[in-house]
Amino acid sequence: MSSEFAFVLTLVTVISAATPLLLAALGELVTERSGVLNLGVEGMMLAGAVSGFAVTVSTGSVALGVLAAALAGMLMAFVFGVLTLSLMANQVATGLALTIFGIGLSSLIGAGFVGIPVTPLPKLHIPVISSLPVVGPLLFSHDALIYLSIALTVGVAWFLKRTRWGMVLRAVGESDESAHSIGYNVIAVRYLAVVFGGFASGLAGAFLSLSYTPMWIEHMTAGRGWIALALVVFSSWRPLRLLFGAYLFGGVTILQLYAQGAGIGVPAQIMSMLPYVATIIVLTVIAAGPWRARLDAPACLGKPFRPAT
Amino acid sequence: MLPRIERRRELDHRMFYLSPVLAVALTIVTGFLLFLAMGYDPLQGVFHFFVSPLLSGYGLAELGLKAGPLILIGVGLALGFRANVWNIGAEGQLTMGAVAGGGIALALWGVDGFWVLPLMCLAGILGGMAYAAIPAFLKARFDVNEILTSLMLTYVATLFLSMLVYGPWRDPMGFNFPQSRMFTESAILPVVLAGTRLHLGVIVALLVAVTGWVLMTRTIIGFQIRVVGQAPAAAAFAGFSRTRMIWLTLMTSGGLAGLAGLFEVAGPIGQLIPVITPGYGFTAIIVAFLGRLNPLGIIPAGLIMALSYIGGENAQVEVGTPQAMTGVFQGMLLFFLLASDFLVRYRIRLQAPGTPAAARAEAPAE
Amino acid sequence: MMTRFVLTRRGFLAGSSAAALALGAGRAQAAPTRVGFVYVGPIGDYGWTHGHDLGRKAVEKAFGDKVKTTHVENVAEGPDAERVIRQLAAGGHELIFTTSFGFMNPTIRVAKQFPKVKFEHATGYQTSENVAVYNARFYEGRSVIGTIAGHMSKSGVAGYVASFPIPEVVMGINAFTLAAQKVNPNFKTKVVWVNSWYDPGKESDAAKAMIDQGADMITQHTDSPAPLQVAETRGVFGFGQASDMRAYAPRAQLTSIIDDWSDYYVERVKAVMDGTWKTHSIWHGMKEGMVKIAPYGSAITEAARADAERVRTGIIDGSVHSFTGPLVNQKGEEMLPAGQVLTDQQMATMDWYVAGVQS
Repeated sequence: MSSEFAFVLTLVTVISAATPLLLAALGELVTERSGVLNLGVEGMMLAGAVSGFAVTVSTGSVALGVLAAALAGMLMAFVFGVLTLSLMANQVATGLALTIFGIGLSSLIGAGFVGIPVTPLPKLHIPVISSLPVVGPLLFSHDALIYLSIALTVGVAWFLKRTRWGMVLRAVGESDESAHSIGYNVIAVRYLAVVFGGFASGLAGAFLSLSYTPMWIEHMTAGRGWIALALVVFSSWRPLRLLFGAYLFGGVTILQLYAQGAGIGVPAQIMSMLPYVATIIVLTVIAAGPWRARLDAPACLGKPFRPAT
Repeated sequence: MLPRIERRRELDHRMFYLSPVLAVALTIVTGFLLFLAMGYDPLQGVFHFFVSPLLSGYGLAELGLKAGPLILIGVGLALGFRANVWNIGAEGQLTMGAVAGGGIALALWGVDGFWVLPLMCLAGILGGMAYAAIPAFLKARFDVNEILTSLMLTYVATLFLSMLVYGPWRDPMGFNFPQSRMFTESAILPVVLAGTRLHLGVIVALLVAVTGWVLMTRTIIGFQIRVVGQAPAAAAFAGFSRTRMIWLTLMTSGGLAGLAGLFEVAGPIGQLIPVITPGYGFTAIIVAFLGRLNPLGIIPAGLIMALSYIGGENAQVEVGTPQAMTGVFQGMLLFFLLASDFLVRYRIRLQAPGTPAAARAEAPAE
Repeated sequence: MMTRFVLTRRGFLAGSSAAALALGAGRAQAAPTRVGFVYVGPIGDYGWTHGHDLGRKAVEKAFGDKVKTTHVENVAEGPDAERVIRQLAAGGHELIFTTSFGFMNPTIRVAKQFPKVKFEHATGYQTSENVAVYNARFYEGRSVIGTIAGHMSKSGVAGYVASFPIPEVVMGINAFTLAAQKVNPNFKTKVVWVNSWYDPGKESDAAKAMIDQGADMITQHTDSPAPLQVAETRGVFGFGQASDMRAYAPRAQLTSIIDDWSDYYVERVKAVMDGTWKTHSIWHGMKEGMVKIAPYGSAITEAARADAERVRTGIIDGSVHSFTGPLVNQKGEEMLPAGQVLTDQQMATMDWYVAGVQS
């Protein structure tokens, strides 16, 4: 096997490891930019993973499965929204409770789906182009959710920076009182942002159960929701830097597996520590470096808002 | 005549105590329906979830045993959350406390002396503090967000413990299985209630909660913590150092988490094993908020949380519900508890504004 | 204190079970034997815990209403385990299976307090009057799949997705490698540790990494079918773990090592019912049917199948042993002279790798 080819395969593996992190974190980024902290990503991902799997198996349509996953994530997020935005429950605790709830609910729903195979999400194959060396497998042989994750990242970046509604969303997250006094409905904006977070987490779950490892087993997210939360912080709430963060984390995770496979003789526990340590170091370098500007969280993050009437 | 939601001028003290009761009642009703829908005996389900763990001295001791670490960690975290310092890595600090304190126990294996246990406690606290010092330093010096650092370091701590118990700290007589030797007598916490597992650490947790309350409400440091959290600008104006608060709160929460970890290994576990906590560091975050970040409130919050875990096990044993259902149940209980806070801070009026306050409705309806 | 607690609680139980007990005392027919199972993972893991739960179901099937089983999932190894085991013991269970190594000390502690209750602890090493220990010789299955890998691998390199370096896993890696080297002396086994029993994503990434590095046989000592799925999509071969995973990899699965606890569980429950239960420490393998080999996949060559069958039947009749000398470790030092076999004790504490293992 040529080394060039092996390199491409490695990158393809990195892409699939990074995609669920990217999708879930992207949703959370939008949620947090509106000033809401939802720690229930893991629970929403699981709801998406099990719904996507169950619907795909039951209907035979993977498209319906992905749709169901997105809806399940949105529904979970909506519950979170009702509790935190309408009833003003504490966001941190409610998010954690949502995770406990999601783990339980997903295994309840999924009990009948363990041990069943599923036809995975098809890889999009473009004649000629997909067969090109290097660029073919690297860029033109993935499934729709991978392309969607990239498109969504660019879309969110554009939305936040260039559109009026993106500006409103940021205003709501930075200063809810002023956004309210200008006449924007803070709570409505936050609901939309929270539900978008659920949508993206649901897709991340669908990616796990329909593409990455096409199966349903209990708690198959194995902590990826938490990593996604950390990556939002890593990105300083900016989509393009999030893309970098997700690929960095996914990349180091995969590279340490390759290093182990090559037999370099370092204890496996130390190798497994690398992605976490690398993320901390890179964030510190960014924070200490010349790009210092704007590392702060959205000013209203985690704070409840009730318009004074 | 539409219902209106209004912010109460001051907290409603009746609701303050009534709302958790209301939440539990709502959970029982929903739980009843859930058990019924899933084909289990609902009376038995609710009974074993909420009541049967409380019906014996042993059961109550187990409740204390489970609540102890949650309370200890929760108090420390609450201090930080009040000052807007988001330590969500208590799980890792707990692990490092257990490593440091457990390391002392292994180094002094077979050594008899009243001083062994206090030394282990000290090491546990220092271990947790040292580990919390990493996010504290990175935040104070480079403004690196502590949510990321403390969370990531949790995974590193677990792997570190794993490296030790799979390697050098492995029991030499243990067939190369991943566990240390059992600690000797002098390194084990005394049991305070004969015939149960309730150990001294649980009493310490309660004392820490009371001390935390005094600190928060009666001292200048407590005042500073609250001001820094609520009005950072005013705090800066008053000359309260933000850096000092970061260090203070992270050292406190890290030290207490470390102590909680040591109490686990020197208490019910009695040795070092690859994973020493079923997520206490994360669950304590919920406990801190359920207790409304008030160290005294954290005591009942920790007990309720512990009950929901033990009740979940009970329901599996006695009613045969799947574990998944207890997760759903626990999630709902928390949702109701968290949402019921609403009634403390807001009132729902059915009359037009201006009518006497006595007419306010306190129905749980929105 | 203890007995009173049980009585009070029984008194509280609405209707059914308390009444059944009272009636049972009056009738000739005895109350069902209650058997408890403590699981470390969720039943839905499709791996270790799933296997034990199939054993529990076999018990229910074998004894019908003469038995009543209880199971508790996802029990953390530590203080929680002791509470759950104790609760089962106090609640009238006569036999309790604790199915993870980490439940050893809690099981021993509870057993001391309940001398009349029988305990069965999987994969540990401490027994007592009322605590028996049982384990399966999974490594025997590794010898069979290693033989197949030796025949079927073109590159002579296998990828082994591993969880944690406990003797059980180390033994499996060595048995697999030694068997493959009997066929192809230059056979190498790459090992990647994912530091988890259970993370489908990471397990599949580890498999991909090793395939990219030239492995064309994938096997695993983790719980999910993910590595096997990767083998299927990447066009290499693999082996299932714990249960027959053919459904996930109809082409790639050459066979699977199946853990079958059913017979043992049924036998031990029967012993409790008959009053013949005695403590022991058993390590059963293919001979007793605790380890089984799934039907071979259609892609297997005739030579590989014949040789695999030779090893399998040889292990059963005692003519083949997985660890027969000469054994040489990674540094080239001789660990066992020619003609000898490792003792059970030496295998059960194994913490070294044979030459040809890359880890």
